[in-house]
Amino acid sequence: MSQSETVTPTAIAGARRPRANKTVTEIPQHVVEIISDSGEGAQRCGQSLGAVAARMGNGVWTVEIIPAEIRPPARSVAGASGNRIRLGARKVTNGGDETDLAVAFNEQVLLGRVRAGELKPGATILLESKWRDETDPRITSAYAETFEQLEAAGYRVIEIAMERECKKVVPDARKGKNMFALGMLCSIYSLDVELAEEQIGLTFRKKSREIIDSNIALLHAGYTWAEAHLDFKYQIPAAPAKEAQIVVNGNTALALGVLASGMEICAMYPITPATSASHYLADVFEKVGGVVHQAEDEIAACAFAIGASYAGKCTVTITSGPGYSLKQEAIGLAVMAEIPLVVVNVQRGGPSTGQPTKVEQGDLLTTMFGSHGDAPKVVLAASTVEDCFYSVITARKIAETFNMVVVVLTDASLATAQTPFPRPVFNEAWVAPPVDQSPVPPGTRPYDWDPDTGIARRVIPGQPGGMHTITGLAHDRDSHVAYDPDINEEGLRARSLKLAALQKTLKQPTVFGDESGELLLVGWGSTRGAIEEAVERMRAEGRKVSSLHLRFLQPLPPGINDIMNRFGKVMTIETNWSDRPEDQIIDEHNRRYSALAMLLRARYLVDVDCWTQVRGAPIKPGTICQVIRERMDG
Amino acid sequence: MATAASHCLLRLYEERHELEDYQSGVPRWCTGCGDNAILAAVQRLCRDEQLRPEKTVFISGIGCSSRFPHYMKTYGFHGIHGRALPVAEGVRMARKDLHVFVNTGDGDCCSIGAAHWVHAIRYNMNMTVFLHDNQIYGLTKMQASPTSPRGLRSNTTPRGSFLEAMQPLTVTLGVQNVSFVAQAVDWIPELLYDIVSAAYRHRGFSFIRIVQRCPEWLPSLFEPWLHDPERVRLLHHEDGIQVSPALARVYRNQEHHNPVDIDRAREIASCIDPIPVGILYRNPQVPCYEDLRATDHLRTTEFIKNGLEAEFDKFTVWPSA
Repeated sequence: MSQSETVTPTAIAGARRPRANKTVTEIPQHVVEIISDSGEGAQRCGQSLGAVAARMGNGVWTVEIIPAEIRPPARSVAGASGNRIRLGARKVTNGGDETDLAVAFNEQVLLGRVRAGELKPGATILLESKWRDETDPRITSAYAETFEQLEAAGYRVIEIAMERECKKVVPDARKGKNMFALGMLCSIYSLDVELAEEQIGLTFRKKSREIIDSNIALLHAGYTWAEAHLDFKYQIPAAPAKEAQIVVNGNTALALGVLASGMEICAMYPITPATSASHYLADVFEKVGGVVHQAEDEIAACAFAIGASYAGKCTVTITSGPGYSLKQEAIGLAVMAEIPLVVVNVQRGGPSTGQPTKVEQGDLLTTMFGSHGDAPKVVLAASTVEDCFYSVITARKIAETFNMVVVVLTDASLATAQTPFPRPVFNEAWVAPPVDQSPVPPGTRPYDWDPDTGIARRVIPGQPGGMHTITGLAHDRDSHVAYDPDINEEGLRARSLKLAALQKTLKQPTVFGDESGELLLVGWGSTRGAIEEAVERMRAEGRKVSSLHLRFLQPLPPGINDIMNRFGKVMTIETNWSDRPEDQIIDEHNRRYSALAMLLRARYLVDVDCWTQVRGAPIKPGTICQVIRERMDG
Repeated sequence: MATAASHCLLRLYEERHELEDYQSGVPRWCTGCGDNAILAAVQRLCRDEQLRPEKTVFISGIGCSSRFPHYMKTYGFHGIHGRALPVAEGVRMARKDLHVFVNTGDGDCCSIGAAHWVHAIRYNMNMTVFLHDNQIYGLTKMQASPTSPRGLRSNTTPRGSFLEAMQPLTVTLGVQNVSFVAQAVDWIPELLYDIVSAAYRHRGFSFIRIVQRCPEWLPSLFEPWLHDPERVRLLHHEDGIQVSPALARVYRNQEHHNPVDIDRAREIASCIDPIPVGILYRNPQVPCYEDLRATDHLRTTEFIKNGLEAEFDKFTVWPSA
């Protein structure tokens, strides 16, 4: 950070003083988005804004807006690329409701966001106005038409000749507009410009001094312009953190978790939206003596991981839905042979190729029950970015303690959401023990299942006296292929008991809100922040609603039944499909419930309802509030 | 990557392993099955090389041949159909101190696992791979395999198979990084042993296609070759297999072939009749993937901690002083 302190251009330093006649409105939170065609740097602008606000002590939740195509046509409705940042006075746990303020580099990408219902009624829009003066009449008319539509719809559209302003500072303005926008936003949200300069220094640390300087000049130009021309300015109270925080997205947290977990091999195959975790891991894993192996396909990645785990080094394979489907047979082998394995599924929209870049919680049942036959495995779901880090560590521990497959579920929303969490403190217990190469006592059997827990001590290649052949066929305690009915049931029993043994070690989950009431919302995974915020808002209105968020889905922790029984109604909130009761053909006998609702109903014989939304975007707290009102009043 | 701690331990006493130290159970293959000959050759190899049973792993997929690890008194991994190679790669990546062998059949390797086969050649990890090629699916009761001769009547091709047989040797020799390719037949045990031995000694991905009889489903397929030694061509070379005088008297169809000559190796590979037997290609210079990926660091707690803290530093927002 020190390098950037020397690069402040002094000529326009005076611009940092706010305009005297401007009133600063204090607000508790705001959602801002910066959108452009891809390649115009909106993401970099958004990330920098988030970083600066986080350093000032604001709560921050940043989400990438990613078009499905690498290079969608310029100025296309589906091509919005950028960032959505929620700033708050307190810790921000989710992306919040609709956008309050948008910066758009063209009106078409903005239109896409408006049509998707992402902008709050009356939201402020800072729109690049250069399209008015284009020579192509199709562009000018499209721009004018959209502008009128937006105004008519009640948005406050402020046209800004961003590119023209940038040209006063740099020759190639298209590339620098993002830092101009960052400057404007620093002014609007009363953020520290010096911190923004430092951030630019960090962002461009691999670039030349000229590039850093010109970006800082653009930052100041934007700041100065906004100070002089905009009639509004906000202040979101900030409480600077007292402890060190790290700011990463869920996939980076996941990769850091792999580094910390004691695992040293990750086998993967590229798949959206999981790949960015492997990108980062590929860059840094070798620094702690690890290897990322990009296999020829998903099945090979899983088999490779199983081979390495079998040889004594618990291994992780990271994938997303379609890849998970391909791995299922190999996962069954690991279950049958009792080889520890960590599988991460960064869920995306399905089925089939579905919506690769969009969030969905559609894989819960397939991870729990997938693979043919009875294949018990542990399933846990990260519910926060921080959780993405710790879940991998927990997963490796469980995998090695119980010789089981542990699936960690995250999703596209957590993968790309960036938010601060306390810097983890290194724990020696995270490191894997050395591979056991001690001689095996005579008479040791490779599957000496404990009669109570089903757990057997694993014998690893290299251990003298322990030689045996593991097999995916039904086998006895000596790992000999066995078709005997009793032996078959003995193996099934042992593998199943291990889940119960793990369940005995789990704590009862904590209720958010009162321990009893009228309505209990139950969720899992990335919906946590939104559900809890909605519950908080509704409780402030006096409603007797609480929520329960499950980290372990298989096995389910103890005490859930008791908790549910203390509420009048129980309902899950999930990002997966459930039949809509209002559809004419749907009734109690054919309605397909959401994944968690189905599980809770089956296990606890409780009439659990569900409300789900699968719109390719995180569920908003405001939407959940509406659902709560309807359910409690209706 | 750190090697297993045991890799560094000295052997404090010499222990002589006999053939029976590698034998486990009675093979359940049919009488006359070529797999028996392969098992005998491999057990002899282990004994002659004095491989420590606990440091030796046989990995297989599914099929008759994939029963192989059960009959070895070493570590074994009888996995799922087609995936023996990626499992073996994972074992090798994690543990360079282990001797890794793979047993795979023509269905396992050339059909359901074909993608892994191609890439395993390219990775060139140090392991010895036996393709037990009997040109038929045996365990599932006689269906045509990719290496079945055209016109073969089977349960899935009752009026004869439609396609020309795949030639595993030409496929293998066509892939970048190929480093060892040989062919053996189960009915000449002496050469089978010599070839298995040469394959084991090659550091890299040693691929041996073993033409193997299936007495149950194709009892007469190889009769013409068995009865006419002229239809087997022995490849011999000072740097390859040397043919004993006794064998040379029977098998007079011979070719002096230098295993560095990949062009000639490819020509030989495409020859179906006579069946070439010997080492077609060997290149010890091809790097092994596990060596390319090796880091020299011992993964101590301190080392991991330092690496992790350095990464945390990159993303840390420190509290204001």
